[in-house]
Amino acid sequence: MKVLVPIKRVIDYNVKVRVKADNSGVELANVKMAMNPFDEIAVEQALRLKESGGADEIVVVSIGPSQNQETIRTGLAMGADRGIHIDASHNIEPLAVAKLLKEVVAREKPSLVFVGKQAIDDDCNQTGQMLAALLGWAQGTFVSDIKIGHDKAIVIREVDGGLEHLEISMPAVVTVDLRLNEPRYASLPNIMKAKKKPLDSITVEELGVDVSPRLTVVKVEEPVARSAGIKVADVSELVNKLKNEAKVI
Amino acid sequence: MSVLVLADHDNGQLAGATLNTVTAASQIGGDIHVLVAGDTSGDVARAAAAVAGVAKVLIANGNSLDHGIAENVAPLIQKMASSYSHLLAPATTTGKNIMPRVAALLDVMQISDIVQVIDANTFQRPIYAGNALATVTSDEAIKIVTVRSTAFDAAAEDGSGASIEDAAVGSDAGLSSYVKSELSSSERPELTSAPIVISGGRGMQDGSNFAMLEKVADKLGAAVGASRAAVDAGFVPNDYQVGQTGKVVAPDLYVAVGISGAIQHLAGMKDSKVIVAINKDDEAPIFQVADFGLVADLFEAVPEFEKELG
Ligand SMILES: Cc1cc2nc3c(=O)[nH]c(=O)nc-3n(C[C@H](O)[C@H](O)[C@H](O)COP(=O)(O)OP(=O)(O)OC[C@H]3O[C@@H](n4cnc5c(N)ncnc54)[C@H](O)[C@@H]3O)c2cc1C
Repeated sequence: MKVLVPIKRVIDYNVKVRVKADNSGVELANVKMAMNPFDEIAVEQALRLKESGGADEIVVVSIGPSQNQETIRTGLAMGADRGIHIDASHNIEPLAVAKLLKEVVAREKPSLVFVGKQAIDDDCNQTGQMLAALLGWAQGTFVSDIKIGHDKAIVIREVDGGLEHLEISMPAVVTVDLRLNEPRYASLPNIMKAKKKPLDSITVEELGVDVSPRLTVVKVEEPVARSAGIKVADVSELVNKLKNEAKVI
Repeated sequence: MSVLVLADHDNGQLAGATLNTVTAASQIGGDIHVLVAGDTSGDVARAAAAVAGVAKVLIANGNSLDHGIAENVAPLIQKMASSYSHLLAPATTTGKNIMPRVAALLDVMQISDIVQVIDANTFQRPIYAGNALATVTSDEAIKIVTVRSTAFDAAAEDGSGASIEDAAVGSDAGLSSYVKSELSSSERPELTSAPIVISGGRGMQDGSNFAMLEKVADKLGAAVGASRAAVDAGFVPNDYQVGQTGKVVAPDLYVAVGISGAIQHLAGMKDSKVIVAINKDDEAPIFQVADFGLVADLFEAVPEFEKELG
């Protein structure tokens, strides 16, 4: 069984993002980039499946400029077998990403697609669900546990009220949540090995998908900043302030 | 122009976030219809019909629609879509699960988690964990939008009584089936709409220590939340998590106890009216957003706080 894992290159989660002075977006120049943390979890889950004998090949795919090949190499260093880079210059919206991935699925024929539940840059939380819709596949979203059977899988979903167990038929798209696993770090020998693993690059045109954006970003602004208030000396001053000044208790 | 709002519910009760979504719909303009898809969800439909501003409630009841199975609910909405200019859902786990599937079926790009309606085509939404706000506009024939409930007031439940009509149920796609739920039960108010929230972080050290926060919560009528670190450590269930990837809250008072204030946590609570931080590290980033900061050991400060509340 083959598992496809789409991975996105985003600003590292530790970086404090800055809005550009002309309000056209956020500053990306000279900013540390990394694999979307949820996608690391997706890669890790695929690796564990392979290690337990449940999968035989893991293919990672990333859409974006040539620098995305570094992100793919990270996935390969973690243990994925093969990489596909879809060369695209500008920022591609989730709907177009899902269409590109659909074409990759048609070529690769995976039984499972593991994908992060959201990317920490645009926070859209859409791509996995959209891909499942375009393929007519089952979707298991926000998943914190998964048991793969023969042609079905049981997933545990993190929902607003707690947890939900769902049986999904395969092939399926599974969007992964934080508590599914803790992703491994790539070891130095594996980073070296990853340099020799196959990485194909294809273009958006080859896949025949119209990726023109549907939405127009009018502007991007800094939110109104909260300023630090005061430090109180002790609990009774705190309670006093909350009762008499802020009047919230 | 007319707007279809997908109701979030559990067959028994209409989830509060639906009311905030109706308010967003009324800011867009046009007739507002509410779709209640479920199984034996008549009570929910009646509740939706009583929401101010709602013109019509469509009820689709059938086994395949129970538990909001996206593979069955999405085609239902897809079939109704041509009558509407906008499809809205609350950005709850139900809305987030179903709406992108609808969007892809209709070949429309969704606008997620809006915090402001600027006009019928233009919306504001947070990106990068709320460190930036993007204003986006769509000229697609139909707009598909999920709504952050804390950014909109709840619509009143004193409407004059909208009509309730049956909608076609559709067939079971046969792709997914519900097995069971493990829901956390609590007598306390719901986290995302509670007027006061008290949250604990890694500094709590152990799940049993959350009892200290619960005692305070009971005196204040507050909900209890947590940081990701506290959930990951197993102190409390996943649905307590506040943040970029958990729940977004904006209460009148948010009390962060033993929470450092990582940007991913701030993303879920920085729109609270008043923020209190109790942390023993006076350099913890949470103090940069706190209106009232108390540098103290939480194991002394929290019981004292509870006592002072009388
Ligand atoms: C992709 C991604 C998504 C994430 N999403 C979220 C999210 O939705 N929500 C979220 O919260 N986090 C999220 N995080 C995690 C986030 O980055 C932080 O790791 C997390 O918020 C830290 O939790 P904490 O503040 O409880 O723990 P810590 O950062 O370890 O802080 C513990 C604090 O407790 C204080 N403390 C310890 N003992 C005491 C004591 N006795 N008395 C008083 N104070 C004490 C310490 O001084 C410290 O400030 C996410 C991270 C990633 C990568």
